[in-house]
Amino acid sequence: MTAASGLAVDKLARPPVVWAPLLKDAALAALVAVLLALPLVGLQTYDIGGGALGIRTHFDWVAIAAAAVFVGRLALRLHPQLYGGRAAGGPTPISRLAIWANRQMLPITLAGIAFAVVLPFLPFSSRYLIDLGTTVLIYVMLGWGLNVVVGLAGLLDLGYVAFYAVGAYTFALLARDLGLSFWEALPFSGLVAASFGIVLGFPVLRLRGDYLAIVTLGFGEIIRIVLLNWAPVTGGPNGISDIPRPSFFGLPFARSAPEGVTTFHQFFGLEFSPDHRVTFIYFVILILALITNLFTLRIRKLPLGRAWEALREDEVACRALGINPTNVKLSAFAIGAMFGGLAGCFFATRQGFISPESFTFIESATILAIVVLGGMGSQMGVVLAAILLVTLPEFGRAFAEFRMLIFGAAMVAVMVWRPRGLISHREPTLRLGPQPTQGAGR
Amino acid sequence: MAYFLQQFINGLTLGSIYGLIAIGYTMVYGIIGMINFAHGEIYMIGAFISIIAFLVLGSVGITYVPLALAIVLLVTMFFTSVYGWAVERVAYRPLRGSFRLAPLISAIGMSIFLQNYVQIFQGARVKPMEPLVQGGFTVFESGGFAVRLSYLQLLIILLTLVLMIGFTSLIAATPIGRAQRACEQDMRMAALLGVDVDRVISMTFVMGAALAAVAGLMVTLYYGVVDFFIGFLAGVKAFTAAVLGGIGSLPGAMLGGILIGLIEAFWSGYFSVEYKDVSVFVVLILVLVFRPTGLLGQPDVEKV
Repeated sequence: MTAASGLAVDKLARPPVVWAPLLKDAALAALVAVLLALPLVGLQTYDIGGGALGIRTHFDWVAIAAAAVFVGRLALRLHPQLYGGRAAGGPTPISRLAIWANRQMLPITLAGIAFAVVLPFLPFSSRYLIDLGTTVLIYVMLGWGLNVVVGLAGLLDLGYVAFYAVGAYTFALLARDLGLSFWEALPFSGLVAASFGIVLGFPVLRLRGDYLAIVTLGFGEIIRIVLLNWAPVTGGPNGISDIPRPSFFGLPFARSAPEGVTTFHQFFGLEFSPDHRVTFIYFVILILALITNLFTLRIRKLPLGRAWEALREDEVACRALGINPTNVKLSAFAIGAMFGGLAGCFFATRQGFISPESFTFIESATILAIVVLGGMGSQMGVVLAAILLVTLPEFGRAFAEFRMLIFGAAMVAVMVWRPRGLISHREPTLRLGPQPTQGAGR
Repeated sequence: MAYFLQQFINGLTLGSIYGLIAIGYTMVYGIIGMINFAHGEIYMIGAFISIIAFLVLGSVGITYVPLALAIVLLVTMFFTSVYGWAVERVAYRPLRGSFRLAPLISAIGMSIFLQNYVQIFQGARVKPMEPLVQGGFTVFESGGFAVRLSYLQLLIILLTLVLMIGFTSLIAATPIGRAQRACEQDMRMAALLGVDVDRVISMTFVMGAALAAVAGLMVTLYYGVVDFFIGFLAGVKAFTAAVLGGIGSLPGAMLGGILIGLIEAFWSGYFSVEYKDVSVFVVLILVLVFRPTGLLGQPDVEKV
């Protein structure tokens, strides 16, 4: 009820602050913080050798936590619009930024693409930076793929990593057993992942949103456990190594090639450098990601894309209008899975080695976090969130350790403060009648 | 036959633990219609608090096992309940009336947060715990195979039974239980009739967390190891139990828990240990596809 009282306070032109209840409230919050922190932060278990545990105290940390909660709670109560921001009137700076970004979408997009294209040739660019850019782009592509499912069709998929794994293993197996190259296997990876999407999706897409989420999580885990245990085919926990690298229209990236094969640097008369391959790989994923984006942007304007968004907003109304929800959802699921598979194929060729360890639930959660933080349905938001989440751990050891902690807290905070993401674009593409006034909230 | 009985006992013990966790899922779902994805982490926190409580008791010199068990039980239930309360207050209450998937996403975020919180402050290593309740007796012997029922298994099954009876009467015969049932039927109407809905929901999370804490304590004693990752799988399994029994139904949650425990025990006893988790996921998918209301659940009609 904080939000409602906050609104009332605003309308009454701020009566003088009554401190006693505020302080009492903050003290209670601090007490809760003490109770929370005491057993798990204040008392720490550690190994004392011989398989036994010792315990040491950190009551200073408990005191810090309590003080922080006290101050934080007081600040929230003094400025109610900080919490449950929906009730607060007027756009906040961040939502103003989001509105501006949505209006200037085209120039920002073009600038972003231009930057991505020239990045490897900039003077400060290094192999490390290009590698990092490649990782970011993989997550951007995965985020865009999942965005079709979660953002456009409104189906919460917690097992997206399964399709990523299927794509990666499809390529690895085709390369190992049939000797296919990356470019030959790429369409198969997409197709196989899409078929998995259909096969897995068909029985479960009648389920309600949150049931669907849990079932997809189950599928993700099943695929991982099968990959882990079906050792004769998948190599079990050891995975598959020596996956071939991609070639440039048949020109391999190597210092020296076998007889009769021209390498990339020989063909173009360049000095051999391992950076060529890294840069090339970067461009491959850039193109794949841009295809994903273009596809999504175009399909949003087709009847199918319209049906996805309509279904997300109101399934019952869609049924009444003669849209078959199962087919429409299935197509979203399959297309999302296909992009996941393509990204997986790329992942396999980039790493040269894959194992089930790369495809755990936390990976699904990371991709979902990217989509959610960016604002479900927003293509630009996905890019920002991916850059943020991937580069955060690069800033230092401390960040790497706290990365997932921050992820989790950020997911909660975004849902509480800006449930439509940092850069929200959950507007329906089409709207009948004049657009209602743009508020800060939903 | 003897082997079957042994697996049955093991499955029943495991199922009791799952059932206690499943009650938290089913109650929350019954009242506010969301999957509390972080509930598995609450159970994990319960397990950690119990191991820490045992260590503290050991260091102050309380070593009489029944007394230590009783104290740890109460301490764990209390502190874990605070976690249950706080999670609801911070991550779910501000989201009432938000869009449909918001609480679930928030819950996933909370789950990731709690997992890493425990990992950072308590370390990623597996925490061992020496067996506290030892011994047992042979139920019967046939063909050289003795069916054993350890005191610990007996304790787990009996404690679960006692908690279930107490909990059922709490729901059936106390004011807070009545308020919970009222909220489950129609939250708005309950609010109009003077039920403090926010408080009822908080109490639901507290109760669910307290029962999950008991499950955490049991698992600490039973397996003797705890790590920060146990909540995920146990959570999914307990959720499956809740769905199998019929989500929203308390006896269903217990029944589902025991069935899942038995399925897991028999699967690993007769087929393969590697795929025992797959068996649970397959059950979950089959139930949701063919009988989404579960064994004892009410059909759920989605209103416009």
